[in-house]
Amino acid sequence: MNNTPKLYSARLALSDGLIFYGHAIGVPGTVGGECCFNTSMTGYQEIFTDPSYYGQLMVMTYPHIGNYGTASQDDEASNVMISGLIIRSFTERYSNPSADASLRDYMETHQLTGIQGIDTRQLVKHIREKGVMNAVISTEDVTDEELVSKAKQWPSMAGLELSQHVTRQEAQSFPAEGDSKYKVAVMDYGIKKTILEQLRSRGCSLRLFPAQTPLEEVQAWSPDGVFLSNGPGDPNATAPFAAPILEWAKKEKKPLFGICLGHQLMALSEGCSVDKMFVGHRGANQPVQNLSTKLVEITTQNHGFAVKEDEHIERVATVTHKNLNDGSIEGLRFKEFTGFCIQYHPEASPGPHDSRYLFDEFVKDLAAADPSSASGGSSASLSSVASNAPH
Amino acid sequence: MPKRDDIHKILIIGSGPIVIGQACEFDYSGTQACKSLREEGYKVVLINSNPATIMTDPMMADAIYLQPLTPASIKEIVDKERPDAVLPTMGGQTALNLARELYLDGYWEKENIAVIGVDMDAVNITEDRQLFRNLMEDIGITQCRSRTAESLLDAKEIVEELGGLPIVIRPSFTLGGSGGGIVWTADELERKVLRGLELSPVHQVLIEESIVGWKEYELELLRDANDNVVIICSIENVDPMGVHTGDSVTVAPTQTLPDKTYQRLRDAAIRMMRSIGTFAGGCNVQFAVSPDNETLVAIEINPRVSRSSALASKATGYPIAKIATKLAIGYTLDELPNPITGVSSACFEPSIDYVVVKSPRFNFDKFPGVDETLSTQMKAVGEAMAIGRTFTEALNKAWQSLEIGRSGLGADGYEELDPREVSHRLKHPYWDRTLQIRNALKLGASVEEIQDITKFDPWFISQIQLLVTLENQAEGKTLEAITVDELLELKRHGFSDVQIAWLLSQGGETVSEDQVREKRKSSGLKPVFKMVDTCAGEFPAQTPYYYSTYEGENESIKTDREKVVILGSGPNRIGQGIEFDYSCVHAVLAAKEMGYEAIMINCNPETVSTDFDVADKLYFEPIYWERVMDIIDFEQPKGVILQVGGQTALKLGKRFKEAGIHIFGTEFEWIDFAEDRGEFTKFLTQLDIPFPKYGTARTVDDALAIADDIGYPVLIRPSYVLGGQGMRIAVKEDELRSYVDTILKTHPENDFLIDRYLEQAVEIDFDSVFDGESLHESGIMQHIEPAGVHSGDSTAVIPTYTLSDDVLATLRDYQERIAKAMNIVGFLNVQYAVKGDNVYVLEANPRSTRTIPFLAKAHDRPEAMVGVKVMLGAKLEEFDLDSKLVGWAIKEPVFPFEKFPEVKKELGPEMKSTGESIYFMDNFDDEHFRKPYEFKNLYLSK
Repeated sequence: MNNTPKLYSARLALSDGLIFYGHAIGVPGTVGGECCFNTSMTGYQEIFTDPSYYGQLMVMTYPHIGNYGTASQDDEASNVMISGLIIRSFTERYSNPSADASLRDYMETHQLTGIQGIDTRQLVKHIREKGVMNAVISTEDVTDEELVSKAKQWPSMAGLELSQHVTRQEAQSFPAEGDSKYKVAVMDYGIKKTILEQLRSRGCSLRLFPAQTPLEEVQAWSPDGVFLSNGPGDPNATAPFAAPILEWAKKEKKPLFGICLGHQLMALSEGCSVDKMFVGHRGANQPVQNLSTKLVEITTQNHGFAVKEDEHIERVATVTHKNLNDGSIEGLRFKEFTGFCIQYHPEASPGPHDSRYLFDEFVKDLAAADPSSASGGSSASLSSVASNAPH
Repeated sequence: MPKRDDIHKILIIGSGPIVIGQACEFDYSGTQACKSLREEGYKVVLINSNPATIMTDPMMADAIYLQPLTPASIKEIVDKERPDAVLPTMGGQTALNLARELYLDGYWEKENIAVIGVDMDAVNITEDRQLFRNLMEDIGITQCRSRTAESLLDAKEIVEELGGLPIVIRPSFTLGGSGGGIVWTADELERKVLRGLELSPVHQVLIEESIVGWKEYELELLRDANDNVVIICSIENVDPMGVHTGDSVTVAPTQTLPDKTYQRLRDAAIRMMRSIGTFAGGCNVQFAVSPDNETLVAIEINPRVSRSSALASKATGYPIAKIATKLAIGYTLDELPNPITGVSSACFEPSIDYVVVKSPRFNFDKFPGVDETLSTQMKAVGEAMAIGRTFTEALNKAWQSLEIGRSGLGADGYEELDPREVSHRLKHPYWDRTLQIRNALKLGASVEEIQDITKFDPWFISQIQLLVTLENQAEGKTLEAITVDELLELKRHGFSDVQIAWLLSQGGETVSEDQVREKRKSSGLKPVFKMVDTCAGEFPAQTPYYYSTYEGENESIKTDREKVVILGSGPNRIGQGIEFDYSCVHAVLAAKEMGYEAIMINCNPETVSTDFDVADKLYFEPIYWERVMDIIDFEQPKGVILQVGGQTALKLGKRFKEAGIHIFGTEFEWIDFAEDRGEFTKFLTQLDIPFPKYGTARTVDDALAIADDIGYPVLIRPSYVLGGQGMRIAVKEDELRSYVDTILKTHPENDFLIDRYLEQAVEIDFDSVFDGESLHESGIMQHIEPAGVHSGDSTAVIPTYTLSDDVLATLRDYQERIAKAMNIVGFLNVQYAVKGDNVYVLEANPRSTRTIPFLAKAHDRPEAMVGVKVMLGAKLEEFDLDSKLVGWAIKEPVFPFEKFPEVKKELGPEMKSTGESIYFMDNFDDEHFRKPYEFKNLYLSK
């Protein structure tokens, strides 16, 4: 390889044998996971703390990371979720009036291991061509071969149930901001803080339930609607956790809304297939078209699995949103029950705010299902809201 | 929605001559617009008075009108062509103002012509400061407190309201912030308000509270008829508020905004764009952000493509003008593919995996006495853009691109650091503040101190600190001792071999650039070339658009075709502007047509030559020896063309020759020889061709002795300069003495010449192409102003109008003999002075000149293409060389004196004009001829 330093303090080894030599950042050690890339140019801290990235080695395609430091209010969860960080250039000195720590200190605090100074573009192109694969980052003095073999042995993401590692251990309540209009049961497979904020700001009182909560406990709280969160891992492995609650909500006509993993779980519950993608979508610039309004939203995405488009889908659901780049399914509204789900992240954070109207849509469903409020709440309808109107 | 089928013929309005604030970026956008419309099957009618534009080339439009940009011309064209629509957003403020004037008269409506790409009512809002303000209030966008004044009295009251000085003045409807500025004192207030009222076509100025020192941002947006909006690029100004964005060093994407703040900017920009009427097209929004609490205020919105959108296009790869044009004719973003990847949608927001630094280029040296501090009115004449994987790499490359003799951000042996000078230049917004920050850090200042003085964001300062740290580590090491890893680190941060050589020389023995180059090459350190692909590598891209960096993977695939490298002309400056880019584009096309793979190297983001679909391969790199050689080493071309890019490229010729690289066309020795006055006059003497008496000097004493010998007035000029840089006329001894002092300071490396100045002589520019056998006369132009006014500044007429047949015969005879004797292959320009029947040769330029595009337009004949093809081996007999000129064509220069009110308008041997237009006339009663003729002697000075 060209221009490789002779002295290095960290290496990245891919399971197919490719090795990059760079410099260690964060805490020393050896970490592994599925190596995937994110093309967002801002919002690194939100990405690091998004539970959907649990256990992944994250390549940031933007070369400078750390420029604006870190600020505790920007965490999407209580901990860093990625298992390792891979960047081109690490900035120690930051500038941002609301920051409270440098990325260096933040990595120390959260025990994050990383590597910098490598040709991240080459790595991204490699993944694009060969597909996502496992890798390890190591600061240890072992042979290249050992690292590669470690990467090979790392468990594959396919078939992995990971929500159990990021879900809450105990149920937790969050009041609505202002008047509480609806009670929403939130199934936590690794939820992002901003999703909670979006729901609460629309008059939803929330109770978050751990991923494996028995149905009875949720029933006992008597929610008006159910939300299925984002989360990491293979949805096929997590599906059994969600099946009872989905079945109950459908039967009881409780409006359902799912995001990302939640979207995949809802699709699976209707017999659709969810497959692992070759590379996945991770970034804040993915164009999605709302098929009913024809408007386009620039969306934040983070998924390595996708609902397969087939004849079965047509029978159970209407495809409401599609990705303009590859035509993949981005949103579904189901035919047999009140519920819809979205593959991307309408809550953004990081990323554009174009899709936050979808939370209004959920509230509208809640209102329609609520016999006490015939007016249907104050939310706007899907078709009347400009897709990326800022909120 | 698919494209509109109710319109078939579209009128595009160009931007006219190059002026400060409106340069070749509008040739770039106009050219894209023409291509974009024609590929959709529309007929394109074009008006532009600037002959040096690609957009006015015959292949670009169905009907082209090289006419003054006036309502009368538009009406005449409309009567003849009957277009269904007009697209006024590609020609800058000039086109927009012109279209607006006609709109206010109800003209477009009366003629049933649709105005596309913009909502004319919206233009009123964005240009009328008060209306804009009200609208922003309605949609909840914060602005600086301000109010418009229509008199000095108004202005004084408003200043009181705002809590006193400083304040900012912004005249309504002016270009590039003309007449605007920050006011610190009561005296200034009076002067600047009156000037602003005068300059504003509606006699209105905005008085605004000052937020000098805030962080400044720009967003480039596209909107379609369905109201979809995407952000193509975000730009952060390194110079904080108070300096016009055109004069600021800027960086893309934003570097110091967390996502939440960036999204606030994005939300606000989208809301603003949607609020200004209904239109589909491009738009630019500017914001300021408080460095203390991230409060955000909107500065302005421009509902058209702009200089920034050209930069954003080159920075991201996303062709904004091309897509904006498609949107104007009815397509929606989701219907269009991303032309860079071909596989993904155009409706997205580019992600880039590199850093872009734009650095403005100034020409203060041309205007003695000019106020060099930067303000809200643009003063830069051009810009260079650099791409690197990091900010530091891009910043060093930007300095290598500026062509001001620097090899990077300092550390190139250029100056002794004087703490007082450094401190002075930091306190005031001068053009070189990034360099002065480096100097201050080198002298031991802290990041905080510099932040305090300059209000630069500390992130930028600390990045420069990183460079200084690397400098300090390298200084004192020897070439032998420095490790490969250390060299790699320096190269990764953009240090040139010259800088490294200088650093390694500080410890003792002098190290040369070549030694550093040799060492790094033998250590396996050479750049790789990465692709600009709009998507950070997420999708495979097809565009051959590259930049260099020191990393692992090389993405530029070398073909086995025969290659020609064309060197571009770099950042625009006075004397070297769009005319050379015009010739570069033709050189690319000529090379392609002759079967070569055409490789373009250039660093000017405003140009057509750097459009991704012009050359077979584009390297967006400095026209700087090391960077160019790295590309040549990799591509192994058959040869290079350096006669079309102006002086920049030519200056590298000698080193190409030494490195054994083939230069197409006239032998380099002859090109070089033309610059050596001694040799050249010997040559003229042998040919028995007269020239004014002259002498070559190195010192003041030499100069005085020569002047005594040949007699005053004399013309003083350094060699190897373009646009008469540093040239002066002296009528007496003490003047000569002071000019020579200046030259010795600014051009210490060169000899300079003292010529006898021929008073009241007629100056002639003779451009030609010689193929070894016969001479093609591109044109003989007669200057209206007397010899002594720089040819670029004079009004010139083709064909000549006072020369006798004898004189013309003499000119042709001389031209042909010079061409033959110099073994010219390709272009030859000779400048003559004619006094009575005597013809004197002033200088010969065996290269493409500034006048080639003008002549091409005057004759409707592809002069640049012919010249380059001859260089590549074609013979003149292969071309149809009929001139279609009827009557006369006049080249009319435009000057930037309005931007520099403190500078007296005077013309001399140093060029001062920024651009020109062409005008066709039938007789000499025409005022375009009469007026300059009447005033021909008025401005002649020194």
